[in-house]
Amino acid sequence: MSRDKILAALRQNQPELAPLPASMPLQQIEILELQAKFKAVAEGIGSTVHLVDEFGAIQPMIAARFSAEKRILSTVKELVSAAVPEFQFDADPHSYADVDVAIFKPELGVAENSALWLTEAQMRIRVLPFITQHIVMVIPLSSLVPDMHTAYQKIAEADYGFGTFIAGPSKTADIEQSLVLGAHGPRSMTIFIYA
Amino acid sequence: MNTKTKDHPELSELFNQDEQRVNWHDETLWWIRQKRDKSAHGIPEWETLREKASQIKNNALSNLADYLVSFEERALANGIIVHWAADAAEHNQIVHGILQKHGISKMVKSKSMLTEECHLNEYLEKQGLEVIDSDLGERIVQLAKEPPSHIVLPCIHKKKEEIGDLFHQHLGVEAGTSDPQILTEAARQHLRETFLTRKAALTGVNFAIAETGEFVVCTNEGNADMGAHLADVHIACMGIEKIIPKRKHLGVFLRLLARSATGQPVTTYSSHFKRPREGQEMHIVLVDNGRTVQMGREDFRASLKCIRCGACMNTCPVYRRSGGHSYSYAISGPIGAILAPNLDREKYADLPFASTLCGSCSNVCPVKIDIHQQLYKWRQVIVQEGYAASSKKMSMKLMNYTLSSPGIYRTAGKAGRLIMKYAPFAVNNQFNPWYKQRDMPEVPKQSFGEWYKKNVKSE
Ligand code: SF4
Repeated sequence: MSRDKILAALRQNQPELAPLPASMPLQQIEILELQAKFKAVAEGIGSTVHLVDEFGAIQPMIAARFSAEKRILSTVKELVSAAVPEFQFDADPHSYADVDVAIFKPELGVAENSALWLTEAQMRIRVLPFITQHIVMVIPLSSLVPDMHTAYQKIAEADYGFGTFIAGPSKTADIEQSLVLGAHGPRSMTIFIYA
Repeated sequence: MNTKTKDHPELSELFNQDEQRVNWHDETLWWIRQKRDKSAHGIPEWETLREKASQIKNNALSNLADYLVSFEERALANGIIVHWAADAAEHNQIVHGILQKHGISKMVKSKSMLTEECHLNEYLEKQGLEVIDSDLGERIVQLAKEPPSHIVLPCIHKKKEEIGDLFHQHLGVEAGTSDPQILTEAARQHLRETFLTRKAALTGVNFAIAETGEFVVCTNEGNADMGAHLADVHIACMGIEKIIPKRKHLGVFLRLLARSATGQPVTTYSSHFKRPREGQEMHIVLVDNGRTVQMGREDFRASLKCIRCGACMNTCPVYRRSGGHSYSYAISGPIGAILAPNLDREKYADLPFASTLCGSCSNVCPVKIDIHQQLYKWRQVIVQEGYAASSKKMSMKLMNYTLSSPGIYRTAGKAGRLIMKYAPFAVNNQFNPWYKQRDMPEVPKQSFGEWYKKNVKSE
């Protein structure tokens, strides 16, 4: 059987056990500095970032920005309105093919690369953050962390079926290295950071 | 010397016929290398990160059997079906078997250099199955019936006008279109249709975690996710060396990967697959295909630490000027030239010689593989085993002889300088392969040794 053959060959050929290194030290950075860094990096890779003083300011801004879109879904209860219906669960992922805008609240955001961590618990349907034409993320300022080491310390032993870091809209540079936003996934990403 | 038709020098000569294209290829890759530098310099702890990554990989390799067993156990508990493949043929049969079991004849695939290594597409097509590659660059080379020429940038060798022609032929784009935005949009529509209609999706794996039994796939386009989350069956294929011990180690690798590859702070999507979604079947295929043998070769073992960022290719003066297709192996560039002879020494005997040994590859490698030293070691093995072309054998012997005797070295140096001074035609001619595409350098009047004697020793 290949399994046993592979394992036996490895045990035969592996070098002596090498120790794991100590973890990278965790950085402590002031929250406003994190916010500035996050915003700069996110805008550098094609996202739009809005800093708002309170959660209540987000809804009208979404309504204004996406007034022309047909199917808008919110997985965030507090952002449901007449124009933005609540997320309705349908196990068939294909039924989300016509979603124009999907709104999520990630668990954390990483300042060094502007990646936002979403798990199945928030996205509900795994394909949703990828299949939607535009993606909106709302995140409290307190959920920003400096770097990936701190991010994984927070994620630590968390259980999820699927989780993903998303940094910006879907993109490609495969044609002569020209950057084009909107390869297969969202064409735009709008991020609201609220205090 | 070997069984295949053309070796690296011959294939690079083909590539070099179009000088403008060579210059453009060279400049584009150098630009990406510069983006990598900028990105790396933005992280003060960059060198520490590389060191940690290297050590984590050393640990992973030194305990790989146990880590694989632990990964398998956890993955099974997570509801993932685990397969083991000794070689490319078994890998292809396993994938085929899964598709057959479900009566699926069409599959969408996201980028995976492992399936290129195993020639999965050709195999499945021979069995009457259709495979569509969904990474834009891979789709382009697939339409052109070519293999990828770079592990991260598969169609880096193609001009936008050529891509326009391909899309005109295959996707109904108006003739003469070359705007990247319009071409990308055409591919988006075509591939969206594919994603929505395929029952099976295959993805590669960037990292697999022994501690949790999950695996991570990194893309910028989101094609792996579109495929996997819409399909009933998700097959993930990985080389056994992709295992890392713990989830938290991803912090180190995700910080290094995209910065080394393209200079981005992170890939757009870093997706962690731990369990199949409700009603979905998820498979993982663990592939050996020569890796356990390479593990036993002390000098070359470190090549298994590679995270396939492509930085060594972007910086390599030979790769940049000879193109990925001149390497005749799925993985081109410096790291490919180390991995290929492991599989077939005779067929790939020429590849370790496609290097200036300048060391630039080793300097950028995020996991600190001693790439140029391994290339040099392969040359010695290949010469000893008698696979080298006779011209290389002669010059290697001569070099060895010259370098091992200071007296001869000095005389040879002097003779070289004299020839270059009084009889440059003896060197600048078509019999010297180094003279092709370049002028030989001006000769210094003194050797370093002479200069040293005069200026330093006399003090
Ligand atoms: S050898 Fe190093 S630089 Fe080259 S692709 Fe692998 S990890 Fe990247």
